[in-house]
Amino acid sequence: MLASLASVLFDGFAYGMLLFLLSVGLSVTLGMMNFVNLAHCSFAMVGGYVTVTLANAFGWPFFATLPAAFLSAAAASVVLERTLYRRLYRASDLDQCLFTIGIVFISVAAAAYLYGTLQQPINTPPTLQGALEFLGMRFGVYRLFLIVTALVITAILVAALEYTRFGAQVRAAVDNPRMARGLGVDVDRAFAITFALGGGLAGLGGALAIEIVGLDHAFAFTYLVYVLIVVAVGGLGSIGGSFVAAAVLGISDMAGKYYFPQLGAFFIYLVMIALLIWRPAGLFGKR
Amino acid sequence: MHSAVTGPHAHLQAQVRWRRIEIAFWLCTLAPFVAAPAYLQLASQIAITALFALSLDLILGYAGIVSLGHAAFFGLGAYAAGLLSKHAWGEPLSGLLIASAVSAAVGYAMSFIIARFRHLALIMITLGLGLLLHEAANSASWLTGGADGLQGMKIRPLFETFRFDLYGRTAYTYSVVVLFLTFLAARRIIHSPFGLALRGIRENATRMPAIGAPSHAHLRKIYALSAAMAGVAGALLAQTTSTVSLEVLSFQRSADVLVILILGGAGRLYGGIVGAIIYMVARDQFSGISPQFWYFWIGLLLVVVVMFLPNGILGGLAKITARWQRKAP
Repeated sequence: MLASLASVLFDGFAYGMLLFLLSVGLSVTLGMMNFVNLAHCSFAMVGGYVTVTLANAFGWPFFATLPAAFLSAAAASVVLERTLYRRLYRASDLDQCLFTIGIVFISVAAAAYLYGTLQQPINTPPTLQGALEFLGMRFGVYRLFLIVTALVITAILVAALEYTRFGAQVRAAVDNPRMARGLGVDVDRAFAITFALGGGLAGLGGALAIEIVGLDHAFAFTYLVYVLIVVAVGGLGSIGGSFVAAAVLGISDMAGKYYFPQLGAFFIYLVMIALLIWRPAGLFGKR
Repeated sequence: MHSAVTGPHAHLQAQVRWRRIEIAFWLCTLAPFVAAPAYLQLASQIAITALFALSLDLILGYAGIVSLGHAAFFGLGAYAAGLLSKHAWGEPLSGLLIASAVSAAVGYAMSFIIARFRHLALIMITLGLGLLLHEAANSASWLTGGADGLQGMKIRPLFETFRFDLYGRTAYTYSVVVLFLTFLAARRIIHSPFGLALRGIRENATRMPAIGAPSHAHLRKIYALSAAMAGVAGALLAQTTSTVSLEVLSFQRSADVLVILILGGAGRLYGGIVGAIIYMVARDQFSGISPQFWYFWIGLLLVVVVMFLPNGILGGLAKITARWQRKAP
């Protein structure tokens, strides 16, 4: 019982870290521009497919594909932001929703057209396979790698946000974009960079997700709901909130699947609705 | 401009008056019997989808409640009608009423939550409630049949005389008459002072309570009404096809109906109907090639509509005719 509890906690936390990588960019950009970007998981899909293509067709080592996944997703998000999204910052929630759902539809169809509808295979290097024994419990090496990666990224993000000039500009823009603009902060530029960073992190998350949850053409839809839950529960524009929400969501999803498999995702949705009714702005949200 | 001179009653009355193009449109709904008798099943599906889109229009187009989970009520109505015919009796009209009452009751209960939220929280809560119901129906396979769908529905002939045949003659007549009657009700509602208050809430949600309108009560009322209508649409689908699959509650259905309404034009009563006709006919023609391909076009369509046709097809047409009329004299 205790061993299973520990493994549920461990696997759930690893899964939560994956969700954190996928959603942190959306949380910050939503807090900044109030732009409801439902196509955030499409960037994750870009990263995933780049990794699969480089690893399988070009024989790149797995570790080398990860920066490529990050950069290509960041590039894709910059292009989309500069050409299309920026026209919609003043549009209504509904228009933003519809527009980005349209992008999701297009990306899902494009992925199905280019790669087919099967799950994409990936070979992780031998160093990431197997499991470590500790106090009689087994921990998957890949999941450990995932957790460490996510923790390192979180530390870098928090430090950059807290201690750099750019981080201060981003915080100012999230707190009050109009005031920040008035004080001479180039909010559009800060937003574009944050957006690219968030898209890149989603791409990295998508690449790392293949081993854990698989990658197929519908990825952008399947994980959209989870990412939105993390963002809505964690609160907009809050990295700490996203971290806690993602960890809680990952662990409770894993626990629900392990202990009450017949309930499916029912439990998760119930928790989300209850939390939102209790605190509409999320656990750590200000607005 | 005239309304300011002649008073609010005259303004409302002017809107209620039937225009020639509306009468022509409803006469056209009889055309499939003569023009395309082989496609009556499709025509009946279109009428059902139009009714569903109309129900969404009431909350989204008129009251400004964005919902990503409206299929919840469609599915509730479908399952209510299906279960009723399987376990109790198969008379369709009473089944329709009971299904709509079930949807309305659930909708009214949910509306207490819905009315309190706006923006992202509202989108997330409607999405969550829809997914919750989908999961519930999936888990309760002893009742709903789960992923296999509900089987063993026994629908009696309409008025004990008209059987639901293979060609869809009864199905289409039934669906179109129900659509027309519900449309009349919706038209009456939105042209009433209550409908005007709803539009006020849509335009400025903080001002309406400030000038003394019971905003939340209005929103609860229209949400329950819309849920009842969506339930009727779901029940129609269950009765005319004699099956209920889990798909009636899916997110896909919620997204589709939103696309249909936006394509046609929200807040215009006919938007959902026009959207449903175009969408369903196009899907019937193109989706045979490949379903993934179909969603590519839907995605592109959404992008284009948001960018260039903010009020949908009907909004675009209204703009063109307005410009034309200004030039004419």
